[in-house]
This record gives sequence, C-alpha cells and structure tokens, in this order.
Amino acid sequence: MSTLRSDLAHLHRRLGFGATAAELDAAETAGWDATLERLLHPTGTDPGVTATPPPAVSMVATKGDPGSPERKAAGQQLRAQAQALTAWWLARMVAVRDPFPEKLALFWHGHFATSISKVRQAALMLRQNEIFRAQGQAPFAQLTLAVAQDPAMMIWLDTLKDTAANPNENFARELMELFTLGVGTYTEMDVRAGARAFTGWSFDRTTLAFRDIAKRHDNGTKTFLGTTADLDGTDVVRIVTGRADSARFLTTRLWNRFAAPATTTDPAVTRLTPAAPVDVTALLPRLFGDPAFRAAKGALVAQPIEYAVGALRQLGLDPAKVRPGPALAGMGQVPFQPPNVGGWPAGQSWLTTAAALARVTFAERCVRAADLSSVSDVPAAQRVSATARLLSLPDGFGPQTTAALQAAGSDPAALVATALVSPEYVTR
Amino acid sequence: MDTMTRRRFLKASGVAGAGALLAGSGAFGVHELFAAAQSRPLPAGTGVLVVVTLYGGNDGLSMLVPIDDPAYHDARGDLALQASETIPLSEGLALNGVMKGLAAQWRAGHLAIVRGVSYPDPQQSHFVSMDIWQTASPGSPSGTGWVGRWLDVEERASGHDPIRAVSLGPTMPPFMAGATTSAAAVAPGPIRLPAGVLGRAYTALNVSRPDQPQAGVALSGADLAAVASQLGPTLAGVTPSDASTNDAGALGPQLDLVARCIHAGVPTRVYGVDLGGFDTHADEKATQTALLGKLDSGLGTFLASVATAAHPVTVLVYSEFGRRTHANASGGTDHGTSAPVLVAGTRVRGGFYGDEPSLTHLIMGNLAVTTDFRDVYAGVLTGVLGADPEPVLGKSFSGLPLLA
Repeated sequence: MSTLRSDLAHLHRRLGFGATAAELDAAETAGWDATLERLLHPTGTDPGVTATPPPAVSMVATKGDPGSPERKAAGQQLRAQAQALTAWWLARMVAVRDPFPEKLALFWHGHFATSISKVRQAALMLRQNEIFRAQGQAPFAQLTLAVAQDPAMMIWLDTLKDTAANPNENFARELMELFTLGVGTYTEMDVRAGARAFTGWSFDRTTLAFRDIAKRHDNGTKTFLGTTADLDGTDVVRIVTGRADSARFLTTRLWNRFAAPATTTDPAVTRLTPAAPVDVTALLPRLFGDPAFRAAKGALVAQPIEYAVGALRQLGLDPAKVRPGPALAGMGQVPFQPPNVGGWPAGQSWLTTAAALARVTFAERCVRAADLSSVSDVPAAQRVSATARLLSLPDGFGPQTTAALQAAGSDPAALVATALVSPEYVTR
Repeated sequence: MDTMTRRRFLKASGVAGAGALLAGSGAFGVHELFAAAQSRPLPAGTGVLVVVTLYGGNDGLSMLVPIDDPAYHDARGDLALQASETIPLSEGLALNGVMKGLAAQWRAGHLAIVRGVSYPDPQQSHFVSMDIWQTASPGSPSGTGWVGRWLDVEERASGHDPIRAVSLGPTMPPFMAGATTSAAAVAPGPIRLPAGVLGRAYTALNVSRPDQPQAGVALSGADLAAVASQLGPTLAGVTPSDASTNDAGALGPQLDLVARCIHAGVPTRVYGVDLGGFDTHADEKATQTALLGKLDSGLGTFLASVATAAHPVTVLVYSEFGRRTHANASGGTDHGTSAPVLVAGTRVRGGFYGDEPSLTHLIMGNLAVTTDFRDVYAGVLTGVLGADPEPVLGKSFSGLPLLA
C-alpha cells in the first residue's frame, strides 16, 4: 500500500529509527519533501543532543606487568569506559530529535568497521565516532582521509606498525576491499604498493594528532593502480576515492543499508552512481528521492540497533532503565563491537533462532516498562489499530499477524509485545 | 590480550545473565522438554561432526612448524620458534609447543594433519577466502554453504529438522546455510519462551508467510520453539557468562556445550564453533601462542570428554588462509595462502596427508597449494556423516581416507 503516511513511516524508518505516532502526524502535515529535507538537514539545536553529552572518557595508561594490580586496575577502567561509551551512544540515538546524523554515523561505523576489542581505548573510539557525526556528509575523499589518519583506525588495522623495511598490508588491503573500491578492482601488487605508501603514518600519543614520520616512510617509486611515483598514504586515499569503482562501491553500500539489498550492477545503483570522488551531500537526496527508494518498503531486515532504538523511542522508554545491551548482544550487534573489519552482516543473517529469542525477551521487557495507555485506554475492538499507530505501522498487519494479535486478545502488553516481534515490525 | 568481549559486556552491563532478563516470563516444563529431547535420541554409533572455524587467517607455519628447515628460520627471523618451543612429530615437522593436547592426540593416532590445503588461485581477502571455504565454491559465488547443502539433501530425504545442525552463538556462519534449510543458532543459557496469552500469540505469529524477508522472521520464531523443546534442558545449565562466540577465550565453553549435547543424545549431526583473532599482522608471537593455547586446551578437554560418548565425534579445524612466509617488520605476517587443516577424533586415521609445501619455491612469497580443501570435506562427508559428497561438492572430489 502506498499512502503518504505509509511512505513517511518508511522514510522515518530508513533515515531514522522509526517515527513515533506524533512525529508521523507532524510529517503528514508537512508532506514528503519537507519531511525529507528536515530529516536530511535538521536546523537548530537538538535538545536530545544537549541532554546526552558524551561520557568523560580519557586515555588509560596500561602499565605494569600482566596480572599486576595496576594492570588489572587499568583493565577495569578500560571496561568501565567502554561500557559508558556504549550506553551513551544508545542513549543518544534514543534521545535525539533529529535522528539522521546518528543513523548516518551508525552507517559509517559499520562501513569503516572498527572494534573496541582491539583499539581498547574508549576515548579513541569516541573520537572516531565524532568524525562520523561531524563529517558524515563530507566529501567521501575527505571522510576517508580523516578516518585513515585517526588513531582508532591506525591501531585497528596496524598502520602504525608500517615501516619502510617491511610494510604491513593490513590497512592498504582493507582500504581498497572494504572501504573504497570492492574486491576484484585491484591486484595483489596494488596491495603491496599501497602498503609501502602508508609507511611512516603515526599519531602523537599526547595530542592524538596525526604524524607522518619521514624516516619510516618508503620514499621509493611505487606503481599503484596505474600511477607511478613516490606515493604516500594521502596520495593513495586520493587515488582510490577518485576512481569510478569507488563511486559505484559506495553507492551500493548506501543503497544496501538505506534502501534494499542490491549488487553493484543493480539498475538503481547504476542510475544513482555519481562521478568520483563522491560528493555525499549531493548523493543522499538523490538516493532518497529515487522512486525505487520509495518502492523498497519492507525490503530490509531491521539491524538490531535500529530495531531496539526504534522500539525504545516509540514506547518512550529510557535505555538506562531498560538496558538494551544484553538484548543487542543476543541479537548480534553491539555498538563499537563489529565482528570484524567487514562490519555487520545484513538481511537474513539477523534472523537466527538465537536472535529470535533475544527479540522476544527484549519485547517482553519493553512492554513491562512502557506506558501503554494509548492502547489500554481505547475500547478492546480498537486496540490492534492503536498498537499499529503506536509503532507507526500505517499499513497495519497481514492476515497471519492479525490472527496472532487476536490470540493476544485485548491484553495491551501482549498485543504490543506480539507486534514488536511481528514480521511486519522486524522488517522495514 | 585483554579484550573488551561480549562476555565482559554482559557482566559490565550489570546483568547477571539471561535469567534475570527473563524473570517473570513462563518457563517451559522441564519434564516435557526432556521427554521431547529423548523422543528421538541420536542412535548410538551415529557420527557427529564438529567444525571449528578459526577467523582471521591462522598462521600454519607457527602451528605446524618446519623446525628443521633453515628457510623457515630465515623467513621468520625473530618470529621463528626454536626447537625448544615446539613438540616434534616427524618428517622435520613439529607442533607449536602450546599444543600439548593435540600432540597427545597425534601420539594416540587420532590426529590427521592435512598439509598445504587451499584451492586453485588462493584469494587473500579475508571475506572472499572465507566465503570460498564456507561455500566450497571457489569458481563462482554461491548462496549456500557446504553443510547447508548437506542439510538440504537430508531435509529432502528425512524432513525438516531445525537442529540437524547447530551453531553456537547469536549469528550463524554461512557454511551452515542451505537453500531450503539452515542450522539453528543457539546461544548458551536457558531458553524460556513467553507463556500464557503472549505465548499463544507468539506461536500463532510464527506460522509460515509467503514473502521474504517476513517469512524468515516467522521461520526463526518457529525454529526457536523447536530448539527450545529439543535443546532447552541441555542449554539450561549454561549461563551466558560461561560462553559467547565473539570472546576469543570462549572456545572452551562452546565446546563444553557441544559435549553436553552429545552426551545427552541430542539428535544434532553437525556443530559449528569458532575462535577469532588470528589476523596477526603485528606482534604475532604472543597473540598466536595464546590463541593456539586456547584452541588446544579447548579441543584437548573436549576430545577427552567425548571419547566415551555413544557417538563417534570428529573435529575439523580450518581457517580462511595461512599467512605470508616472510614476517613483516611489525613482528607479524600478512595474508597468505595454504595452511594445514586438522581432523581429530577416535575414528580418525592419524598421520600426515598431502605434501608439505616448499619454503623455497614460493609463489609471490606465498606457499604452494598441495591439497584441495574439498577433498578434506569429501572425506568427512563420507566418513563422518555417511553422505554422498557429490550433491554437496560436485563430481571431482573423492575425498581423503581420513576416517576409519
């Protein structure tokens, strides 16, 4: 079905975490164009941002022998900071008035997937996270360079360890394969030449600022993707983000996360792929304005973070009280802990039996904590539609879910919990 | 390594375990569950396969060490192990010294080491190569995994069974996904489904649906109910703080859970467990030693436990690739090609299979491939699962005679 309200619910699910009933009412009054513009380019101070300042995390010195008391204390401090950071981002995502900057930051976090399991320092993960937020719509070349020269990525993919004598290929390979070009668009010789170009990159341990250590740099001639010169890491980032393959790769990634599953040869991807280097600010409105975007309703499986954050927003719940962390672990997606540099899986991968258990457990927890008066205050016969309104599902439920909701009777908690785990709600 | 793991995350969140989350929801009747699990126990003597995936690219040269080869010491420099740090086997090869449990399996004749395993034109991308190993389809992409295709065959022959294969942890590796059926992903801890009115609604919700992706949501819920009834009692004794797949230290608890299932007669034929962290581009020696130690202690304990089970158990250990022959300047190694695959169990014919790749005749700095991994798979499909490898792997793979 394609009513304006249903289209707007779709827009909010993709650019945000799912609208509340009141947000959807306001969007319906404003119309599609104004709602898209407001989501993409919010103005004014977001009170939700003001209310959720980042936690006071700082670099923790890990001195002492393994097993020593000071080392154990440092480990405890690191874990406490990591926990605070994770709780903070979830609280931020739930609290914001304008969800797109957070949704885009989550996209970039999955794209440049970096895990605190190796970086360890919450302060560095926060620093990277702020890049995704502040430069999420910056030109792709600029964002890629900022991430590449930031400490978290340099630790995560071992750029720091690169020396002229024997370069380390980790970052050069993943930069091309996973961040900019996609597999099959470069050779193993390009990986080796790229690794030589990144030699000498480091950061200042006190200021955390990027440093290029000339004496560690391999200043010999390298041939990288057809360019032969004494290339350095900045050159390599400029070259890869300037290639047509990079525009198609990034467009495919964005389409997969925001619209529908697609390969690099999908017609929508082909139509939308801009010239390289990609101007993200120009690409996003075209992507969300494309007719295929509006037609992609229900094509995705909700990522666990967007699922949980959406439910908390719609039910008006405080994540500090509901504590969605264990549910997210059970569903397989904890912020700051992507499983590997390839980021999180998508689609059917979220639909395991283990995730099903975590979802239904989370749903029960939510309805116990939530104020469900918008459902309980209406006559029993109207409670299914009140549930659909509460969860911003303007198209309602299919016949199977309708039968299940009838089995839930008029019990508001059972109705809302059932709807929260329904295929209509879990897909988006 | 002091990593922020999922296990620690759970603890740090102040939640004791899933039981705390589930307080108030109705529990399945334990007696009914036991009755369900015992209604079709795995017949005695039926082979069970446990697949151990090592994520990141396990350095084969520091696991099976060519200790007598000067080229090894030249290539690895400070990273090279000394003889005192290894356990000698034969043919100039030695196991990493932390692998005492597997060395004991070797001496008992229960460990097969297949050497030089990969596929033609090895890929050095983690994701492409792991995909090839898991789909067993090097030539063209495949949407199904090799165990998944075996599950499809079994489903056609004997009907749907959501626990014919089980993966430990919230996500499921692609090798266990078939075209029409997949393994169940099972997290340790009690499975308590909603009771009462919500329980009835949940059952009604998970009837089949016509279209994806909604159909997948409903199927996962329906399979969850089946998993709860079949595995619930076995899983109930394990709390989430004991086990978690993304925790590099958690292989032991995953295997402990598999052992419980096997001893309980759970009718699962294939289990998937994993250990990550093998992408040792830098400071490899300490990391690799710690990881191989975890692998060895986990497998040593597990194999000892299931040696007395009514079902012969075979373990298969693989990674997406080995690592570059020459160390890099970071005290680590970059992505490589072939590496040994381990096959262990009481029915395994111990010894070496496949030729040891030369350290002096390298291909772009990498080891040659002497054995196709699909011949290993064919060997376990035939020898452990009693299955015809052809529908799973195609015609060309007769299989190594790994099993007695």
